Amino acid sequence: MKYVAEYRDKDLAKSVASAIQREAKPGRTYNIMEFCGGHTHAIFRYGVQNLMPENVHFVHGPGCPVCVLPVRRLDDAVEIAERHNVILCTYGDMMRVPGTKQRSLIRAKADGADIRMVYSTLDALKIARDNPEREVVFFAIGFETTTPPTAVAIKQAEEEGLKNFSVFCNHVLTPSAIGHILQSPEVRELGTVQIDGFLGPSHVSSVIGFEPYEYFAEEFQKPVVIAGFEPLDVMQSTLMLIRQINEGRHEVENEYTRVVTREGNLKAQALVSDIFELRTSFEWRGLGPVPYSALQIRENYADFDAERRFEVSPKQSREVKSCECPAILRGVKKPTDCKLFGTVCTPDNPMGSCMVSSEGACAAYWTYGRYRDKTARQQKEAAA
Amino acid sequence: MNAIDTTVSRRKGTIDMAHGGGGRAMAELITGLFQKHLGNPILAQGNDAALLDTPTGRLVMSTDGHVISPIFFPGGDIGSLSVHGTLNDVAMAGAKPLYLTAGFILEEGYPLADLERIVVSMAHAAREASVPIVTGDTKVVEKGKGDGVFITTTGLGVVPEGVHVSIERAQPGQAILLSGSIGDHGVAILSKRENLEFETEIRSDSAALHTLVADMVATAPGIAVLRDPTRGGLAATLNEIARAAKVGMHLDEAAIPVKPDVAAACELLGLDPLYVANEGKLICLCEPEDAEPLLAAMKAHPFGKDAARIGTVTDDAAHLVEMETGIGGLRVVDWLSGEQLPRIC
Ligand code: SF4
Repeated sequence: MKYVAEYRDKDLAKSVASAIQREAKPGRTYNIMEFCGGHTHAIFRYGVQNLMPENVHFVHGPGCPVCVLPVRRLDDAVEIAERHNVILCTYGDMMRVPGTKQRSLIRAKADGADIRMVYSTLDALKIARDNPEREVVFFAIGFETTTPPTAVAIKQAEEEGLKNFSVFCNHVLTPSAIGHILQSPEVRELGTVQIDGFLGPSHVSSVIGFEPYEYFAEEFQKPVVIAGFEPLDVMQSTLMLIRQINEGRHEVENEYTRVVTREGNLKAQALVSDIFELRTSFEWRGLGPVPYSALQIRENYADFDAERRFEVSPKQSREVKSCECPAILRGVKKPTDCKLFGTVCTPDNPMGSCMVSSEGACAAYWTYGRYRDKTARQQKEAAA
Repeated sequence: MNAIDTTVSRRKGTIDMAHGGGGRAMAELITGLFQKHLGNPILAQGNDAALLDTPTGRLVMSTDGHVISPIFFPGGDIGSLSVHGTLNDVAMAGAKPLYLTAGFILEEGYPLADLERIVVSMAHAAREASVPIVTGDTKVVEKGKGDGVFITTTGLGVVPEGVHVSIERAQPGQAILLSGSIGDHGVAILSKRENLEFETEIRSDSAALHTLVADMVATAPGIAVLRDPTRGGLAATLNEIARAAKVGMHLDEAAIPVKPDVAAACELLGLDPLYVANEGKLICLCEPEDAEPLLAAMKAHPFGKDAARIGTVTDDAAHLVEMETGIGGLRVVDWLSGEQLPRIC
């Protein structure tokens, strides 16, 4: 814990906060998008925003793996579990995400589907070994960080000759999504979101390195700082971004040097590319179809691909109508802009994916800031 | 009566429907297991209802059902937990617990040897607490209709003269004290339930707190509120108080004790220790001038040695529990939504 404690030191935080106060120019605003849900979580959990000057804003991006999974894929997972009578294994947060008509994996489980929460892909493999007469499907989601463990599971299943194990692959890629956000026509049309710089993902970058962001920083002329997940990492990286913005630079800088290198983890990358290949297009909740933004299992490992093993029926998947998750994930709107926020939609009864995981912007707003924004809004409404 | 050697049958045997049938098997279970371990003069009367002597004062009564998985965990089991949990509920009224009752619902097929372990552990917990289990009940349900063992315990106690501990007595300006580190129980349970391996074994803090409470009310009879932050952790309990008493709270994260290995486990699992269950901790709200003497009394007791003042009651109109974070930021500490689920990445 010593390792962690030093990134939560109050005096250090104070001195970084005053450096930010000093360097943020009063005449302008700094909109900083944290792409990654881990950063969103850290900002709220430690109250980082409230140590920032008025003109430094965090814009919450689409980096929560639970939030960006489209309803359709969730509906498919429910169908695989229910219709094909498999044991479906998944990570905790995923259980509560509402699908079409509010149907989540937790509801399907209550109705009798065999859905189990696991902590790692290895737990899923173990379930497959222990239940040779049942089909076991691992519902894989997540960014570059969670992809290597899925690859390891497939590799291991192959080596062991496990015939009853497969993966429903929903792994997505960070850099293409960041690029898409800046290019997306909605963002340009709405024009409400001016992003001045990015806090780059830390865990993701420990796998892919920071090289993939160099093209991006150059192409869109936006600075990127790869930032660790501790609150002081976030603050230090924000300071680095403010400096770049002030100096008109747009480079990739690495604050998280204790873990991230330019090349990343080459062994993990090799493993991933042995087992997965790019999908030409994949739908993201909130962003729509994004070209080359996700992975699928290669032909060589087709036996372990749940998409090939189980047929899913074409369906009309639908999100709750007034849910603003799509706009929130693009950074165009804030959770409090959503009519359902805190009234119909709360973490106890989520209407959209952003209200589920603690990394989702709506859940973080509600949980860590609860009525504060709402009260402000009510006062505003009353005054109007 | 002695045709069956009950010791042998326990070692090999399992619970069957006959153990709940009212016949000889049931009688043997009661005399050979429950009375043998839990025995005391009142229980030995063998009546369906216990005849109790009570001192004068206001009676406190509390009942609690225990349904846990796993039944055995590092630092305890369902037996000791069912004693501690109810004693603590009685103690949180500022009362001195006097008697306990225990009801068992056993599932057909449950190993008698495990049941004996549980009963021995209950007996030990009750003896340590000097509170006898004076009457009880046993039912057996068919296989598949229970989860091994369910235990319901009821506790009876008496509040000393001059003590008025009650949730609505929370007032702005009062100090918030905590008796020790948080999260130990929940992490210990989780580590067994999910087969997670941590470098060090994290043990539950399950303990009976009534002697600590006795020392505390002796030091400051004016204590306003006592609560044990069990399920939902510190966060849920403070929110309950805030809502019921229409007050706010301001906490200081740096003052809240969390053991390093519990903190590390929570970090790994993406859990917030504020929401993790405890079974041997209490929260106390008191007038600010009582805070120091109370802390000294708590620290002198083995279950309060890490006691700390963690915050102050405020008059926040929205009844929010707020916390200055370790880095000096400010956040709201809300209720937990549903079960706390581990994060993905
Ligand atoms: S508050 Fe709920 S409904 Fe509104 S955008 Fe967030 S998740 Fe969707």
